Amino acid sequence: MELQTLTYLVVGASFALYIGIALWTRASSTGEFYVAGAGVHPVANGMATAADWMSAASFISMAGLIAFLGYDGSVYLMGWTGGYVLLALLLAPYLRKFGRFTVPEFIGDRFYSKTARLVAVICLIVASITYVIGQMKGVGVAFGRFLEVDYEIGVLVGMAIVFIYAVLGGMKGITYTQIAQYCVLIFAYTVPAIFISLNLTDQPLPQLGLGATMADGSGVALLHKLDQVVKDLGFEAFTAQKGSTLNLFLLTASLMIGTAGLPHVIVRFFTVPKVSDARVSAGWALVFIALLYTTAPGVGAMARLNLVETLQPGPVGSTDGNLSYAERPQWFRNWETTGLLAFEDKNGDGRIQYYNDENPAFAAQAQAYGWAGNEMVKVDRDIMVLANPEIAGLPNWVIALVAAGGLAAALSTAAGLLLAISSAISHDLLKGMLRPSISEQRELLAGRLAMAGAIALAGYLGMNPPGFAAQTVALAFGLAAASLFPALMLGIFSKRVNRSGAVAGMLSGLLATLLYIFWFKGWLFIPGTEMRPNEPQYWLLGISPEAFGAVGAALNFTVALAVSRLTPPPPVEIQALVEDIRVPRARGGA
Amino acid sequence: MSAQEENAKRYWRANLRLLAGCLLVWFLISFGGGILFADPLNRFQLGAYPLGFWFATQGSIYGFVALIFFYAWRMRAIDRRYGVHDGEER
Repeated sequence: MELQTLTYLVVGASFALYIGIALWTRASSTGEFYVAGAGVHPVANGMATAADWMSAASFISMAGLIAFLGYDGSVYLMGWTGGYVLLALLLAPYLRKFGRFTVPEFIGDRFYSKTARLVAVICLIVASITYVIGQMKGVGVAFGRFLEVDYEIGVLVGMAIVFIYAVLGGMKGITYTQIAQYCVLIFAYTVPAIFISLNLTDQPLPQLGLGATMADGSGVALLHKLDQVVKDLGFEAFTAQKGSTLNLFLLTASLMIGTAGLPHVIVRFFTVPKVSDARVSAGWALVFIALLYTTAPGVGAMARLNLVETLQPGPVGSTDGNLSYAERPQWFRNWETTGLLAFEDKNGDGRIQYYNDENPAFAAQAQAYGWAGNEMVKVDRDIMVLANPEIAGLPNWVIALVAAGGLAAALSTAAGLLLAISSAISHDLLKGMLRPSISEQRELLAGRLAMAGAIALAGYLGMNPPGFAAQTVALAFGLAAASLFPALMLGIFSKRVNRSGAVAGMLSGLLATLLYIFWFKGWLFIPGTEMRPNEPQYWLLGISPEAFGAVGAALNFTVALAVSRLTPPPPVEIQALVEDIRVPRARGGA
Repeated sequence: MSAQEENAKRYWRANLRLLAGCLLVWFLISFGGGILFADPLNRFQLGAYPLGFWFATQGSIYGFVALIFFYAWRMRAIDRRYGVHDGEER
């Protein structure tokens, strides 16, 4: 069957499934709308959490990052999984015991302060909105490339689908569609990876294939071969460390702490029935996430090897060692039309020279070969996963599946974020601060309206992405790490931290992190307003803005503890609340 | 201090001890094996994986999964020992 028709069929079938689930799981109370009535099985919740967590970035971009960063890309692997250990051990069970609907609600109650709740709401909304823009962009790109419809129409269709199940079903509808979306996305990710691993190494599992020997009979290990072929072209070895150790360390820490502090992930653990379920459910979530995350390094490394060997089939420096442009494969032509892959024949020999022309030692050698600079002027990292099935020559239905998988990853994350935003508006701002006397029916209506508004805003921002869209990962994780995580953790593990300490800590962590990010990336990301160029020699101790969240978190902890020590302890009933959330069994149950 | 408060206090201390051990392992397999000691570990091989590289891209993640289930399992035992379990059995 024609690829186009097949893609429409597969994507259409997956959408029909999501809508069917939406009709079956309507929310009828605020409890169902915010936390699915706290009746989700821990394994099911783990699967939904995995889909919620793994965004367009995890599905499309991460393997591409690893392909080009090599070892240094592992900070994303460790950072985005290690955070679940913090979440499962330090936050999830206690917040589940607290047993309400939102993250700002806990901060507001524990620190008996509307200011603290408001700071948490602002952090939540900024982090979630910046994050959701990327998902909407992912939806638009997937539609544009695979279904050949306009980017805007792609975003509109995505919005309509999310609207149906998120507004109708709230958390309940989102949870069950996310389970279906997880199945689609993990199947779409691992099937091509297994085929490619088998091609290169005779090992079906990419986790083992990456550490195996090549299937070409040379007896050389895949990683050694990859190191060699990229070094031959002047790049750094794949397995070698490129960045500074301090920066890698802090970036990993920031991503971990940020992961544990992101409200749309935390709130998923409010949906299981019991405290002990919350602990186990986090483990299941990580099992389902690990299936993709341990596959990604193999996908990245093998894609890089396939790319280099396609472009440089013969020995480096020999006259016919480079691929002739006229003989480029079909996938190369397909991606050229999207502009994500671009070639420029700098030395006019009709062949493609792909090498690192910023390596002075190798550039001199390249000149001797008659090369006039790297001719692959654009190799977008994101095409690595999307083009993988084509590069490996896999059947059309696999390519169609990747389109459906990318859409599932983007839509499931968008829905989780939108729910976090709408419940912060209807539950924290409206019910918690403006109109405490509002009835449940009206709050449910307000929640649905807030959801519709958030979808419209996300769609608008997806169609007109602000210039800073690519910078927002630093912002979302920085805010979660520097303000929310320390406040939540201290609220559970210290009885001494009080209102003044928590507010001072959150604000100082927040402001320090924002200041550092804006210093190098421009005030509110407006180009030209940065105080110093965003380059390693200007960074404080070589710490990149993305890695600063861990420093902000440390500052938050320090300030919160110091200020609390200088001010009176929290009231007795708050100390009793802390005692209560530390124990799984409900009070009076002993 | 009542017996119940004393029990709650001991329960919390047992939890903190377990947490400290788990977080130490968490730190060692990621920041330790994957970053700080990656260079010396890379002299050893696991298959064709340099060991430090393996920790950074594979081992740490398997370890994280195992850690969470280990913690949940040990905590269930501690919950029972101090009579604060949230399950059906009383």
